[in-house]
Amino acid sequence: MEPKVLPSLQSGSSLAVSAKKRRKWNVDHWLSFAFILPSVIAVAVFVYGFIAWSGYVSLSNWNSLVPDLSFAGLKNYLFLFKDFRFQADLRNTLFFTLFFILAVLFMGLMLAVFLDQKIRGESLFRNIFFFPMALSFVVTGVIWQWLLNPATGVNLFLKKIGLDSLWYTSVTVIPGIQWSKIQFGVPVAVIAVVIAAAWQMTGFSVAMYLAGLRAIPEEIREAARMDGAGEFQIYRKIIFPMVAPITVSVVIIMAHISLKIFDLIYAMTGPGANFVTDVPGVYMFETTFRGNYYANGAAISIIMLLSVAIFIVPYLISSRKGES
Amino acid sequence: MAIRTVSRTVLYLLLIALSLFYLMPVYVMLITSLKPLDQISLSEMWQLPHSLDLSSYQLAFEKLAPNFMNSIYLVIPATLLSALLGSLNGYVLSKWKFRGSDWIFTALLFGMFIPYQSILIPLIQFLREAGLYNTIPGLIFVHVVYGIPITTLMFRNFYASIPEEMIESAKIDGAGIFKIYQHIIIPLSITGFVVVGIWQFTNIWNEFLFAVTITTSSQQPIMVALQNLSGSQIVQWNVQMAGALLAALPTLLVYIFLGKFFVKGLLAGSVKG
Amino acid sequence: MKKKALLFIALAFTLLLSACSQSSSSDDTNNKKNSGKLEIFSWWTGAGEEDGLKALIKLFKEKNPDIPVENAAVAGGAGTNAKAVLASRMQGNDPPATFQVHGGAELNDGWVAADKMEPLNDLYDKEKWNDKFPKQLIDMVSKDGKIYSVPVDIHRGNVLWYNKKVFADNNLQAPKTLDEFFKVADKLKAKGITPLALGDKEPWTATMIFENILLGTLGNEDYQKLWTGDLKFDDPKVKKAAESFKKMLSYVNDDHSSRNWQDASQLVAKGDAAMNIMGDWAKGYFVNDLKLKVNEDFGWVATPGSEGQFMIITDTFGLPKGVKNTKDVKQFLSLLGSVEGQDAFNPLKGSIPARTDADESKYDEYGKQTMKEFKEAKLAPSLAHGSAAPEGFVTKANQAVNIFVTQKNVGQLIDSLNQASSELKK
Repeated sequence: MEPKVLPSLQSGSSLAVSAKKRRKWNVDHWLSFAFILPSVIAVAVFVYGFIAWSGYVSLSNWNSLVPDLSFAGLKNYLFLFKDFRFQADLRNTLFFTLFFILAVLFMGLMLAVFLDQKIRGESLFRNIFFFPMALSFVVTGVIWQWLLNPATGVNLFLKKIGLDSLWYTSVTVIPGIQWSKIQFGVPVAVIAVVIAAAWQMTGFSVAMYLAGLRAIPEEIREAARMDGAGEFQIYRKIIFPMVAPITVSVVIIMAHISLKIFDLIYAMTGPGANFVTDVPGVYMFETTFRGNYYANGAAISIIMLLSVAIFIVPYLISSRKGES
Repeated sequence: MAIRTVSRTVLYLLLIALSLFYLMPVYVMLITSLKPLDQISLSEMWQLPHSLDLSSYQLAFEKLAPNFMNSIYLVIPATLLSALLGSLNGYVLSKWKFRGSDWIFTALLFGMFIPYQSILIPLIQFLREAGLYNTIPGLIFVHVVYGIPITTLMFRNFYASIPEEMIESAKIDGAGIFKIYQHIIIPLSITGFVVVGIWQFTNIWNEFLFAVTITTSSQQPIMVALQNLSGSQIVQWNVQMAGALLAALPTLLVYIFLGKFFVKGLLAGSVKG
Repeated sequence: MKKKALLFIALAFTLLLSACSQSSSSDDTNNKKNSGKLEIFSWWTGAGEEDGLKALIKLFKEKNPDIPVENAAVAGGAGTNAKAVLASRMQGNDPPATFQVHGGAELNDGWVAADKMEPLNDLYDKEKWNDKFPKQLIDMVSKDGKIYSVPVDIHRGNVLWYNKKVFADNNLQAPKTLDEFFKVADKLKAKGITPLALGDKEPWTATMIFENILLGTLGNEDYQKLWTGDLKFDDPKVKKAAESFKKMLSYVNDDHSSRNWQDASQLVAKGDAAMNIMGDWAKGYFVNDLKLKVNEDFGWVATPGSEGQFMIITDTFGLPKGVKNTKDVKQFLSLLGSVEGQDAFNPLKGSIPARTDADESKYDEYGKQTMKEFKEAKLAPSLAHGSAAPEGFVTKANQAVNIFVTQKNVGQLIDSLNQASSELKK
């Protein structure tokens, strides 16, 4: 950029300049609309418009190969909430999301603190924890399906220490309280999927926490040390509270990934015996494209959307407010 | 000092143990891909191959090569177009704010979190009407549209760090929206483009749901073709694993050589911390 | 500064590249639309089946060098991906020239009912096929007197495979009835050998066992009545079949839900399990992939109770409405239905020909015996593979069976099937 010399403002022309500036601003103002208009229209149609269209399909009778958009009311939704498979899906998603987020937060914070100890080969370790994020969920699913199989692998070690190697395929639900059609509780088999998902996504929280830790000025720690605080105390009393806002971001991002998860489970366990590892994403795909139940599938997708929106909308609104 | 040495040792041991855990899947993928099919069974999965057998790579490569190119044709234009759109949007939404622009931004952002299942049925209907169904341009279009939110977010956060005074002084110099974009923003956004580009490249390369529902046979990107390796009735695990490695290679390479930018993108894409 | 310049060049380069690639890829699609290629749509991408398809296409090209052919195979999920793709193409009036479809409900209640298929009676008359295929088979691809597709291969769905060594070591005979099966299974169990290998990671494998037992318990006529709605699922005989199914499930391997059918077949091949109920594509897996010898390492009988019955899974090809190059498609279908075409395809795929006058010498021992039984046995359509009932019902039946395998609640299974049976009358 060539540096321009500002024309010194003469007292007489100041009015003219500001008028010119205003007109210029107006043109640019309209141009700025033009810049973002294509994107705004695209998102309006392809996100909001299509969601509305899916919503409409979910209220229709289109449950065969031939489209039938006659109005069916809430029939498809009522069917789902009485459906064993969908009830199981809701339970599985709840516990999958819960454990997945806890695992990612715990492992992420732990590894980030480890890596923050000025260790040797830090970048090597960091890369080892980050690289799974560059893989596709399909690849992850295929590999972990191999690794966790009851007849082999990790489970052979578990067997040696006397643990049941059948947890991967277990249909046990703990504690298994009868609730509507399903047993409510933690499906043991979901843990396998949690391990694979956490393996892939931990890098995200490590990166987030590490960035947070690095942003804390060394002086703060120094000052605390001067006051006689031990390393653990420094973390507990000073550092962890400072990185707490990061936790919120990580939770939101992980929650939306886990609520709409599809490819990992599709490639890894499938719906599972008695639907212990089924999730709405898999059910939607199978019922829509295998069974041709388009309206049912649309209803599932709308419920998925709502469950994500419960997390995301308040977050988006609050981050908007925090900014302005 | 002794305590410190001990705790350092424990720290390193823990880190090494965890690293092995994170690398274990790759080990299994590698050795499986090097075995002939009759040596592959669940009970032998940990053992090294008796002899090196590269035929599964050859087979996987033969089958995946055309789809690999499809992915290239898909990923490059889709990445560039969505980065360009994101840059424009980010520029306007950070430097040319108007009343309600923040709400537009928030409304755009929402598109990043939706489960794509919720737009899938209308999307397929639309693409068919538009004659874009089962074409790579169709898939490019889809990725560009649904990439708008994330790229806009990343660029907006990126541009937020460009000091307002620079823009203001350029305005006083009489530069308009185009000039400022061309002479100030673009030169400053090289890193931004690299970060967004890598992010979109990885995401689009790894994407499965759109790819599997929108394209067929000769138009399919590599991730779907990878699934296809399993065939309808017989799964050849060695070829599958070799294929998985081949399919993961570009994103892994990008990660290995440009990991710094990848992580930057990761952080930039996380709304606001 | 140098770094930045480099990056900029890289960026410019990729831009250029993408401009080229985009124009070339759109060219591709334009060409494809205009040239009227003969697009053959299937889900044959696995070992064996793909070779068979390629042999068929090669043969066709030799005979019709001027007709361009495109192999449009979509794989994954035992055809589910392909079916999804096909559904959206058909709805968008962009049908492939010809496509793979299972004979029976999948064809008749699906595409024919949706008025998307052209009848092929003229082709059958011209090629004199009406007595070359078994009448029951032609009925499976017909609706209201019109024939809609050409069967190319036959798989048998009611086969019990067993490890010959395990049986010989324990002085056992292959079971022919359910009672014999349970006796054999008890003996094996006492010796610590898993009697029956099951891999129901995908639930259709369990559904196959259930439909086999249904066929054996109900007999051919009543079995077929289930799918027309003439026999209710709460019939005592269905309950009895479900009880047998439940009992059979108590003999399977513990980790069945993490295995697919190949993993289950492997248990039998290695002698960890003694028996396995699976379609005869398992033979291809035993022979081609696991290098076992037919009737030496493994043997087979009809699923206990279903002797003299033939659970049929047939791949057929039809002519969709709205295809421009009808003549070329019929040319291809003629080859598919010819002895030459069927004998080029089936030995490679490991299936048997749908025609009854094919050259037996091209098939192995299992193939020869099955061809003979195919001529004599009563045919029954498979539920698990979409021949007996529409996809909607199959999906729900698979779900019900998946729940049953765990909960073993006969009443609940019957209820679910009864509820789903409203799909059958559509």
